[in-house]
Amino acid sequence: MSAKLARREHRTAWLFLAPLVLVMLMVAVWPLGRTFFFSFTDAYLDDPTVYGMVGFANFIEVIEDPTWWNAVRNTLTFAFISVAIETLLGLGIALLLNEAIPGRGLLRAAILVPWAIPVVVATKIWEWMLNDQFGVFNRILISLGVIDHGIAWTASSSLIMGVVIFVDVWMTTPFMVLLILAGLQTIPGEMMEAAEVDGIPAWKRFWSITLPLLKPAIGVAVLFRALDAIRMFDLAYVLAASNQNVMTVSIYAHDRLVSFQELGVGSAASTWVFLLVALVAIILIGALRLDRSAGN
Amino acid sequence: MASIALSSVTKAYGTHKVIRGVDLEIANGEFVVFVGPSGCGKSTLLRIVAGLVPASGGQVLIDGEDVTDVPASKRGVAFVFQSYALYPHMSVERNIGFALETLRIGKEAIRSKVDTVARMLKVDHLLARRPRELSGGQRQRVAIGRALVREPEIFLFDEPLSNLDSDLRMEMRIEIARLHETLKTTMVYVTHDQAEAMTLADRIVVLNQGSIEQVGTPLELYQAPANRFVAGFIGSPRMNFGTVPVGTETGAFVLPAGLVADAAASGDRQPVSIGVRPEALSIVAADAGRMSGILERVEDLGHEHFAYIRLSDESIWVVRVAGRPPTERRNQPVGLSFADADIFVFDAEGKRIEHRAAGPTPVTDAGEGRLVHER
Repeated sequence: MSAKLARREHRTAWLFLAPLVLVMLMVAVWPLGRTFFFSFTDAYLDDPTVYGMVGFANFIEVIEDPTWWNAVRNTLTFAFISVAIETLLGLGIALLLNEAIPGRGLLRAAILVPWAIPVVVATKIWEWMLNDQFGVFNRILISLGVIDHGIAWTASSSLIMGVVIFVDVWMTTPFMVLLILAGLQTIPGEMMEAAEVDGIPAWKRFWSITLPLLKPAIGVAVLFRALDAIRMFDLAYVLAASNQNVMTVSIYAHDRLVSFQELGVGSAASTWVFLLVALVAIILIGALRLDRSAGN
Repeated sequence: MASIALSSVTKAYGTHKVIRGVDLEIANGEFVVFVGPSGCGKSTLLRIVAGLVPASGGQVLIDGEDVTDVPASKRGVAFVFQSYALYPHMSVERNIGFALETLRIGKEAIRSKVDTVARMLKVDHLLARRPRELSGGQRQRVAIGRALVREPEIFLFDEPLSNLDSDLRMEMRIEIARLHETLKTTMVYVTHDQAEAMTLADRIVVLNQGSIEQVGTPLELYQAPANRFVAGFIGSPRMNFGTVPVGTETGAFVLPAGLVADAAASGDRQPVSIGVRPEALSIVAADAGRMSGILERVEDLGHEHFAYIRLSDESIWVVRVAGRPPTERRNQPVGLSFADADIFVFDAEGKRIEHRAAGPTPVTDAGEGRLVHER
């Protein structure tokens, strides 16, 4: 290709990219930059134009706040347990759906339903089902004789984290199933047949062939879900508002910024959330070697 | 050591019948090749033998034992796939030795077995590599090695060479033949390439639309095809066919008198069509042959030449000319001559009718009986 032609193609490429770059500047870079800027100020939300620069004071205030560390602990506990359960469940269901079972098409469609329901709606439904007096959940348990009076699932400080994890698993396992199923379908059938003819037992076929070949797909799914879980806001907020037992880092930042009107400290907390998400992403990408496994 | 027997094996997907009742006996140590056009069910039949596809009806016996309901993993057969089906995340060494890992024979024993097989297949210098770092031929060797290392009683090959280029295919063909001579294991081989079928097989099974058309040695199929399908399928270029209208009007083919001895005796087996192989035809002067046409085109392959001759009924007959290229000019009338012994005669159902001149030794005869194609 001549240099002139190459230059022209280059120009065309930039032309195509320009709208996207513009949109990204507007919706991502600009707000992120503003947040970053405000985190170094003592501004309040009622009048952001009045502020003074305070250096790293806001960042220090956040990490000296025990409520923040409680939120970090909650967030990591929630993310780790829910993603672990979702991965295992997702893998199991995907393996089942990958078999030629009757009604597979219907099952595949049906399993997506929880994921298609808006988080707020699903959370409200579950909240009602788990209601201590009128909830269908308690009703079933009582009629089965497991318990003799209704349990306040969403009010009890020791149970509420479990409820949040449970509802999240119910909502997002389909996403895991979908990604892992897509990965399963890229494994050639003849390879599994070859192993079968060679007398490899089913567990070894799974452990030594399916799982290694599925690793990139599972890795991407875990990464997506983990990042989603760490910045989780809606589920816990709808279910328990600012309840300390399930307060995530996003809820903490929201409380400081919106409820307490502390634009500076809230922005600093948001920046910490951003850094936390980035850190987890880097660790996961490194641990799962997602950058390299693409070629394998 | 193992023999295979299929008895009225059928396979249907819904109402679509893929295998329509196949009976076949394969002796211990035999090399049997399944050939047929695509969609004839040859791969399905092989998969039924392997246990990868359950038969809808009938029985599969290995060494006289009914294995119809035995899963693939317990049949003790090895299967080589067209796609190689190597494990992409394992080294060549682990690919070959993987099946041995469940046998609890120890790492050293596995390594020595893998080494022996790898040396035999000349892939011993590639043991540390991954499949994607190998060429097509090397991958197929590894796939064969993976089958070999288990020392199975039966080898099943499903078009193993179809993804290779022609040079490599010939090389691997010889390799597989050598392998069979050394191991003397029962082998069943599926291919659509008749050169592979003819060169490798002890016996060829010709399949068409889920049924066996004929079973025989390569020469039997070539010299005495049971029907028009086999006659057309075996041999390259394929046999030339012409119809024999009953009656003697102009343009009709009149068989040499008395060629088909019992033609008159059995009324329902009247000769309907004939076939002559391209290599049995020779080009002569326009008025000197048993039939004539226009020389349309000549393909020169160097050591042989294919002449395409358009007959008056617009059908095209191919003549294989060995050695020097034909000197006749294009678009000029030429004559075709052939011996009585080289005429294959078929009845209305396409079954071949034996005739007195048939046999491996050609009879030179240019007497009566001409397929007249006058312009």
